[in-house]
Amino acid sequence: MTTPLIEMRDITKTFGAVVALRHVSLTVQAAEIVGLVGDNAAGKSTLMKILAGVLKPDVGEILLNGNQVQFDGPMDARASGIEMVYQDFALVPELSVTQNIFLGRELTGGGFRSRFLDNRRMNERAAHLIERLGLRIPPVDTPVRAISGGQQQAVAIARATAFEARLVIMDEPTASLGASAIEKVRQSLVQLKNHGVAVIVISHRLEDIISTADRVVVLKHGHLVGERPVAETHGDELLYMIVAGKDPKQPTDALTSQSA
Amino acid sequence: MSTGSLATLGPIARLLSDRRHLVLLAVRYGLFLVLAIWIAVMSFASEHFLTVSNMLNVSRQAAPIVIIAVGMTLVMATAGIDLSVGSLVALISILIVELFGLGLQTWIVIPAVLVVGLISGLLNGAFVRIGLPPFVVTLAALVSLRGIAFVISGGYATPVGNELVLWLGRGDIAGVHVPIVLAAIASIAGWVVLNKTRFGLYALAVGGREDAAHAMGINVGRMKLAVYGTVGTLGAVGAVVLTGRLGNGSPNAGMLLELDVIAAIVLGGTSLFGGVATIGGTVAGALFLNAVRNGLNLMGVDPYWVQVVTGWILLLAVLVNTVVNRRVTEWARAARIDDQPEA
Ligand SMILES: Nc1ncnc2c1ncn2[C@@H]1O[C@H](COP(=O)(O)OP(=O)(O)OP(=O)(O)O)[C@@H](O)[C@H]1O
Ligand SMILES: [Mg+2]
Repeated sequence: MTTPLIEMRDITKTFGAVVALRHVSLTVQAAEIVGLVGDNAAGKSTLMKILAGVLKPDVGEILLNGNQVQFDGPMDARASGIEMVYQDFALVPELSVTQNIFLGRELTGGGFRSRFLDNRRMNERAAHLIERLGLRIPPVDTPVRAISGGQQQAVAIARATAFEARLVIMDEPTASLGASAIEKVRQSLVQLKNHGVAVIVISHRLEDIISTADRVVVLKHGHLVGERPVAETHGDELLYMIVAGKDPKQPTDALTSQSA
Repeated sequence: MSTGSLATLGPIARLLSDRRHLVLLAVRYGLFLVLAIWIAVMSFASEHFLTVSNMLNVSRQAAPIVIIAVGMTLVMATAGIDLSVGSLVALISILIVELFGLGLQTWIVIPAVLVVGLISGLLNGAFVRIGLPPFVVTLAALVSLRGIAFVISGGYATPVGNELVLWLGRGDIAGVHVPIVLAAIASIAGWVVLNKTRFGLYALAVGGREDAAHAMGINVGRMKLAVYGTVGTLGAVGAVVLTGRLGNGSPNAGMLLELDVIAAIVLGGTSLFGGVATIGGTVAGALFLNAVRNGLNLMGVDPYWVQVVTGWILLLAVLVNTVVNRRVTEWARAARIDDQPEA
C-alpha cells in the first residue's frame, strides 16, 4: 500500500458551541479524485479549510506524504502544493482578474526590479492560463466585481490550478455555472488527475461526483458517515447516506477502503 | 456574451460604447477637468491667479497636505482612516521646539520626531489590528494627541530658529520651494508603492476583501500596522514642513488638517470603502482644494465663506465618490451586457 498523499487524522473542530467536525479522518492518494458530500452544515467546508490552512483544528493531525505537517496559515498549505477554490471564491472584487490570480504569489522583475511587480508578465500569463483552461472571460485587467458569478468561479479555478499544485480542493465548483461550464469544470478535474494532481471536490450535484470521482466520502453533522469507491455505489445510495446519515453497508472501516 | 457581437452591431454600437467610455472617464478623471476649468475661469477673474508665482504658492500650500495624504491614501486603500493626523502635526511641531529648547542637535531632533510619528501611527494600527473601528481609534488619538501638545506647551506657541527646519518649510532648490520638492518625492514614491509593489497591492486587497486577502496568505494585521505607521511617519514629515513654514511650534498647528487630507483623497477618487485608491487623484484633489481657496481669497471672498465652500466641496466629493460613481459604473456595465446578447 502506497503512502497516501494526504492523511487527515481524527480532526475535531468547534466554533463556540457548534461542533463542526467530530473525529473525522480522510485520506487522499496522489492523482485521486475524492468527492466530499453531505447536507448543508455537515462540515465539508470546515474540513477543507483546515486542510487549506485557513482554520486550525482543535484536535487531530495532518500528514503529507506520511510526514506530519502543521499549517500556520494558508501560505504554508499553498507552499506545500495544496490549493483551494473557495465556496465564495475568495476573490477581491476591486482587484483585476490577473491581480486575483497572482495574489500572494506575484511575479516581480529581475535584478534590481525584484522588489517591483511585473504587471505585464502577470497579465500575459493570466491570459494564457485562462485560454489554456478553455475559459471565456473578459480581459484580464477587468476588475473581478465587473464579471459574472460563473466567470468569477472560472477565475478562482484558474488561480488554484495556475501553480504547481499537488492537491486541488474545490468547494462547490459548479454551483453557479451553466450546463456547458459545468462540463468544462468536470473535464478540468479529470485533466488535473491525468497530470497526477489529486482533487477533493465538494458538490451538491451528485452527478459531478459520480461522473468524475474515484471515491466518495459522506459527512453529516460533523460525523463521517461512510466512504466507498464510486464504482461500488450509485446516486440513490449516496442520497440515503447524506439524508439519513447512516451507511447501509454498516460503518465502513476507513482502512479497508483505502486500497481501492 | 461573446466579444464578437459588438462588431456585428456595427458602428452605432461602437459609438455608443465609446460615449459610455467617455462618461466613465469623465467621472473617473472629472476632477482634473474641473481643476482645469477652475484655473481657466479664475485666470479671467483675477490677473494674479494664473501666474507662476501664484501657482507655486498654491502648490506650496498644498504640499504638507499632499505629503500626509499619500500616507492616508494607503490607509484608505485598506478601508481604514486616520483622523489623528492634524493633532499629530500639533504634537510634532511642539516637540520640535521643545527638543531644540533642550539644546539637542538637528540630527537628533528630526529623526526623533519622525520616530514619534511612526510610533503614534503604529499605536493606532495596533488597535485597528485587534479589531477596533479605525474611526473610533483615531478619533481618540485626535483628542489625546492635541491634548498632549497643549500639556507640553502650556498652550503657547514658540518660535523655531533651526535653520534646517526653516529651510524645509520656506527654502527653495533652484527656485522651487522645498515643500513642493518633498511633496513631489512623496507622491512619486507613493505612486510606485501603490501601483508597483506588493505592499500597495496587499493594502488594496485587505481593503477590498479582508478574508479573501487572508485566504491568499496576506498578513492582514501586519498590513494594517504598516499603513498606519506610514501615515504617522509622513504626518511627522508634514509637521516639520508646516512648522518651518509657520516659523513656530504651536499646539494649534494642523487644526482640521485631517479634513483637508481626507477631502483631497476623496476628491481624487480613492474609495471610502477600501480596495480602490489613486495617488494621482490625491495630488490633484489637494491641488484643487487649494486652488479653489486661493482663487476665492484673491477675489476677496470672506474667509469664513471660504470655509463654508470647502465643506460643500467635501460633501460633493463624497457624493460623487459613492453614489454617482456606483451608479455610473453599474449603468456602464448593464449597458455593456445589453449590447452583447448571447451569441
Ligand atoms: N467561521 C465560523 N464560525 C462559526 N461557525 C461556523 C463557522 N464556519 C462554519 N461554522 C459552522 O460549522 C458548521 C459546518 O459548516 P460548514 O460550512 O463546514 O458546512 P458545509 O458542509 O460546508 O455546508 P454547506 O453545504 O452549506 O456549504 C455549521 O453549523 C456552521 O454554521
Ligand atoms: Mg460549505
